[in-house]
Amino acid sequence: MPVTADQTLDCSGLSCPMPIIKTRKALDTLSVGQVLKMIATDPGSQSDMDAFVKKTGHQLLAAEQEAGTFVFFIKKTR
Amino acid sequence: MTALTEAQPEAVTLDEPRATRLAIIASHGTLDTAYPPFILATAAAAMDMEVAIFFTFYGLEIIKKGKADHLQVAPIANPAMPLPVPNIIGMLPGMTAAATAMMHNWMDRAHVPHLGELIDIARESGVRLIACQMSLDVLGLKRDDLIDGLEIGGAATFLEFASRNAITLTF
Repeated sequence: MPVTADQTLDCSGLSCPMPIIKTRKALDTLSVGQVLKMIATDPGSQSDMDAFVKKTGHQLLAAEQEAGTFVFFIKKTR
Repeated sequence: MTALTEAQPEAVTLDEPRATRLAIIASHGTLDTAYPPFILATAAAAMDMEVAIFFTFYGLEIIKKGKADHLQVAPIANPAMPLPVPNIIGMLPGMTAAATAMMHNWMDRAHVPHLGELIDIARESGVRLIACQMSLDVLGLKRDDLIDGLEIGGAATFLEFASRNAITLTF
């Protein structure tokens, strides 16, 4: 079943640490249970988003990759 | 689309002991040494950590008014910098400016935010920026020479913060 997002954040072209910072800011505007779709082109964001959810406790519902673009679906848990 | 990760059914365990603070000492005033403290500090703040950066000795350069985006790279005694000339040439007049311009070029190409922007993000996200009083005295600086949003303190201020559940890094 495809994941649907409540908000989309485009971090294309940004490098560390901006995707993490912008993801955090976007999650702050969501309610618990809502899903953020984050798009990045920084290959480091794969590892960083894993680490981000591990540390913050939010949930990475899905991560996809296509032609140098990474798409993450993060559910706000608290 | 290729799926990188499947949905994670298991809950992330947050009950194991984790450092909740990041305590950084910034003691150098070159562009390349000023970045890591702020990259790590802003990322840590985004990950719910409490962060403090203690600026001592030449680290104070970073937080001088109007200085953040004018810090330079030292090409001399920096063999890791891939300048297209022998390292000894780095001592010639103009080479510091050339190396700095080159570094700015690389950073813009990699879309790295400017240092001033990272400092603003750090202040907005509650990172404590502590200027070392003793270093101010040594370098003949005044509070007014530094940017707003700072605390002034000494070793005890930093140590009290770092002594509780912190990762401590030095740059």
